[in-house]
Amino acid sequence: MSGDHHTDATTARRVRRLETLLEEKGLITGERLDEAIDAFLAESSPANGARVVARAWTDDAYRARLLADGTAAVQELGHMEGSYQRLRVVENTESVHNVIVCTLCSCYPLRLLGPSPSWYKSEAYRSRVVREPRAVLREFGLTLPDSVDVVVWDSSAETRYMVLPRRPQATEGLDEEELAALVTRNALIGTAPL
Amino acid sequence: MTDAPPDRFPPGTRVRTFRHDPPHHTRLPRYARGKRGVVVEPEGPDELPDISAQGRGDAPVEQIYAVRFAARDLWGEGDHHVVLDLWESYLEEDRQDER
Repeated sequence: MSGDHHTDATTARRVRRLETLLEEKGLITGERLDEAIDAFLAESSPANGARVVARAWTDDAYRARLLADGTAAVQELGHMEGSYQRLRVVENTESVHNVIVCTLCSCYPLRLLGPSPSWYKSEAYRSRVVREPRAVLREFGLTLPDSVDVVVWDSSAETRYMVLPRRPQATEGLDEEELAALVTRNALIGTAPL
Repeated sequence: MTDAPPDRFPPGTRVRTFRHDPPHHTRLPRYARGKRGVVVEPEGPDELPDISAQGRGDAPVEQIYAVRFAARDLWGEGDHHVVLDLWESYLEEDRQDER
């Protein structure tokens, strides 16, 4: 049932129990598990998403490829290789602001954004952002004019979403690396301006 | 290679989600049941989680569609939009003449 959510504590207990069982049965060692998690997290960071965005801001052809097929475009830069998930990048413009959520659980583009912040997984964010996104965004310090259409992407299947924020003004002189340093995790979720 | 069958709901199709509240897992959130929306585009096929989450091996593979809903149609108020990825069997065509 979609309403059948578990708290973080319940999930953590289950994970620990599963780990214990796997170790007891000799299927995996704790060290091997830690190595696998470390390796996975080392490849998952908001710096990945920021580099993708900086490339899109500086290379129109790349930007077009990114919006047409996000998965293939980020794979060009070495991200999401071997992933069964699909990535769709949604572009903020003068008239459209995008924000992402997973109302059913906590789906998130982990490979490009790293582990998700706790508020992203909170009942409050998940239930409110689909219903009153303008109010939620104001609480994040982002007030949008009425003329801007707010589009909320609720990740209910295997597609993951990432926001392509608008390039800040007066950044013409910056190179790709300097631009990437301006990009924040919340901007990639759609809950902060740049 | 044979051509895949055409998608049942091309982009721009007006659709309506099912009202049914199943006794098992589903990826059609409650707030979007029995609502009208418009297909943005197909997202690619995948197994129907309503069946696979029951541990069954016979889950059909269906096209998933990004479907855009107006806040007013979901909540009765608001000026924003919500896009959801929905399996084909969650949807039926919303024929204007049946309204």
